[in-house]
Amino acid sequence: MSITLNINGTRREFEGDPETPLLWVIREDVGLTGTKYGCGIAQCGACTVHVDGQTLRSCSAPVSAVANRQVTTIEGLSSRAAKAVQKAWVDLDVVQCGYCQSGQIMSATALLEKKPQPSDTDIDHAMAGNICRCATYQRIRAAIHAASAQLAG
Amino acid sequence: MSISVKARLIIIVLAGTAASLAGAEDLRGPETFWSITNQSERSRALFVEAGRVLQHPRCLNCHPVGERPTQGNDGHPHSPPVVRGPDDKGAIGSRCTACHQSANYEASGVPGHPLWHVAPKSMAWQTKSLGQICEQIKDPRRNGGKTLAAIHEHMAHDSLVGWGWMPGGNRDSAPGTQAQLGALIAAWIESGAACPAS
Repeated sequence: MSITLNINGTRREFEGDPETPLLWVIREDVGLTGTKYGCGIAQCGACTVHVDGQTLRSCSAPVSAVANRQVTTIEGLSSRAAKAVQKAWVDLDVVQCGYCQSGQIMSATALLEKKPQPSDTDIDHAMAGNICRCATYQRIRAAIHAASAQLAG
Repeated sequence: MSISVKARLIIIVLAGTAASLAGAEDLRGPETFWSITNQSERSRALFVEAGRVLQHPRCLNCHPVGERPTQGNDGHPHSPPVVRGPDDKGAIGSRCTACHQSANYEASGVPGHPLWHVAPKSMAWQTKSLGQICEQIKDPRRNGGKTLAAIHEHMAHDSLVGWGWMPGGNRDSAPGTQAQLGALIAAWIESGAACPAS
């Protein structure tokens, strides 16, 4: 079965089991390894990508679910909000081990694209599905506020 | 082994299978309650039987009190700690569809349905008695402006309600079938939609 994908603006055809997790396709077939495998059961958020601008745990979605939709991975982030997030992450040195951070950045960017001036509660709710075993949560929150300030400036 | 012994074994196995299928998870049909001559009593009894579905974890988990749904056969707090958000479909940046797709996904064990969402706060059932749930279901101010006919339609035919009988994974199905629930609710309405006291 052939499934038409659009990943980071590039159209691709996937030939294989339509139930294959999107994460497998992104990493193994397309070769984009910035999206991480964490838990495989939609509990940690390491595999977060955007589909039509909304977050999606790519471990928990069959590739058939994103046929003909716009998939964006960490490698393809380019919006104004994404650039603000990337700068804030560097400025505040958010990352410790880094394994979860592409997922954190995808969720933070999706939040700021929808709500450029989020409250702490908005951040808590939007980031609730992204776990960081290095506990960088306070820096993540500070960086989202910093990115928000950039967007307002 | 003689044919008669084989036949007896087959009958025993089939009887055991039938007994297990018709066990605690079955629902009694409306006809079971026809012997109750007092109409209000019969109506209450019908709702109590339907309540076995309404108070099952497959229904209660998505009719939460407060912001956060529950999950599992034991109704533990949803993990990750998501919230209902402004439209009962998740928070900004963390929509239900971030994890729940249009069908149950065996690879991750995450359940799914195209209309995945939690019931509005006014329809919270958790911590309520069956009598309170019954009064709430009938109250248009709390049931989304539904008539009793619309309530029946929701119970009998809504496909998200129907997910309760095909939940996938290790999740227990709601008792009986959606058609049986629909028949009970129809008979409850027909008999005056009386509510249990508690």
